[in-house]
Amino acid sequence: MKLNTLTAHELIAPLDKGDISYIDICNSIIEAVEQKDKKLNAIAHFDKAAALERAKSSKGIPIFIKDNICVKDELTTCSSKILEGFRPPYNATVIEKLLAEGAVLMGKTNMDEFAFGSSTETSCYGVTRNPWDLERIPGGSSGGSAACVAADEAIFALGSDTGGSIRQPASLCGVVGLKPTYGRVSRYGLIAFASSLDQIGPVTKDVEDAAILLKAISGHDQMDSTSVDEAVPDYPALIKKDIKGLKIGVPKEYFIKGTDKEVKQAVLDAIKKLEELGARCEEMSLPHTEYAVAVYYLVATAEASSNLARFDGVQYGFRSSQAKSVIDMYKKTRQDGFGDEAKRRIILGTFALSSGYYDAYYLRALKVRTLIKQDFDKAFRKYDAIVTPTSPTPAFKIGEKSKDPLTMYLSDIFTISANLAGIPGVSIPCGFTKKKLPIGLQILGKAFDEETILRIAYNYEQATAWHKTKPLI
Amino acid sequence: MAIKRDTVKYVAELARIALSEKELEQFTGQLDRILEYVNKLKALDVAGLEPTSHVLEMKNVYREDEVRPSLPAEEVLKNAPDKQGNLFRVKKIIEAL
Repeated sequence: MKLNTLTAHELIAPLDKGDISYIDICNSIIEAVEQKDKKLNAIAHFDKAAALERAKSSKGIPIFIKDNICVKDELTTCSSKILEGFRPPYNATVIEKLLAEGAVLMGKTNMDEFAFGSSTETSCYGVTRNPWDLERIPGGSSGGSAACVAADEAIFALGSDTGGSIRQPASLCGVVGLKPTYGRVSRYGLIAFASSLDQIGPVTKDVEDAAILLKAISGHDQMDSTSVDEAVPDYPALIKKDIKGLKIGVPKEYFIKGTDKEVKQAVLDAIKKLEELGARCEEMSLPHTEYAVAVYYLVATAEASSNLARFDGVQYGFRSSQAKSVIDMYKKTRQDGFGDEAKRRIILGTFALSSGYYDAYYLRALKVRTLIKQDFDKAFRKYDAIVTPTSPTPAFKIGEKSKDPLTMYLSDIFTISANLAGIPGVSIPCGFTKKKLPIGLQILGKAFDEETILRIAYNYEQATAWHKTKPLI
Repeated sequence: MAIKRDTVKYVAELARIALSEKELEQFTGQLDRILEYVNKLKALDVAGLEPTSHVLEMKNVYREDEVRPSLPAEEVLKNAPDKQGNLFRVKKIIEAL
């Protein structure tokens, strides 16, 4: 068995017995990256010698990190020209936690520039390809993390999720992706996109690994005042309980026209399977779902316009050499350093916050966000979890939506609400289309109840074999 | 029209982003379509609703006011495009009298 194809929990026994070494795992990953990544372009920064050096002095599993999470002295660029050459002087808290567990940092994964996108097409390093069909996108913005895990170039990886950026690529690449509750994982050292929505989370080959990785990165951090001081449960142990008697809601608004027929059927079949496993599923309503995309693209861009003000060519990264004055330097640096989607979002967000438009756009969006959150508060008084498709379609073709930003935004329609409400969500494989493209099932839960959604995911996974099918690459 | 070309130009100026004529043209059309779409929020009655800027019940977070180690200046300046001594260097800001 090739070690790169295994999960972290599968590697533990042979490591304990001494059948394999940590260096063996690292070598197996390096070989897979060298063999496959020319085709996929999932990895943005990879230094083979440095990775091997780290493996020698550590006893832990190798991991890839999304390129918007700070790793001390390692390139961290958000796949943007404006951060070219940037090497942070400190580690993100999640990195410190992983290093404390012995993890070996292998490199950084490709992403949509500043996590602005659903297809990994806006990266300054070029598009990442979907391992199931190289003509298709892997989803985004954590497309590099999802593609490298799906193609066995990694054991597991970290991503970040602001509107579905972990769950949607996990769905489109046929792997497991978890967005934790807002506040569960420290955001210190995550280069901010939208501070009230961003969370770091695991991208893994199965649910048990997601539980292991979530446990490793969770917990209160004094460096992030929005991280919550709640005890971290022993997820890997707790998810193995059965799901008999759990009440699961199926929101009718997530089975709308425009949802791919094969996706819909796979999700309905998964719901049947959950009932066989003892859960009680019933149709319910989240009435404000149709407003989620509109709210998100005002709130997220408003926050982004503020967060990205720091990229001005003064302290780090790219600076335009064409300017005559400081103001001119800011403007030209930002014109040449940011890609189109970043510029579009900064302008949209600045507009939504600007005098004369603030009340009509930003403030109204925050009020509708209250309605969306109330939908979930009400639903979770009755249900333990909610299941939906993760994405309305399987992976689309490269270039298919990149010319039209609004069409691209609408592909996030099923994942955005969880960020607006701050609740956790996980995407797991639940089937394939006739063209052999993966389909994902999304399970949403109560705030700080990752345990229940992972438990449902684990039970479903154990009763199915979707996660064992691998792309031929 | 949900947004005019002049407004995009003005907002880009606020955001300190220079735009070419071509970018201005392209962004105006795209932002117009996006704003047409988000205008669906106007159909909802939001009177009496509190805005949710944050999902957690936020309260002020205090920490002990004690001196802790901070990054050395040379570490902080390591990524600077231009520097002089312990300072970030930029074009002259103040006009000569």
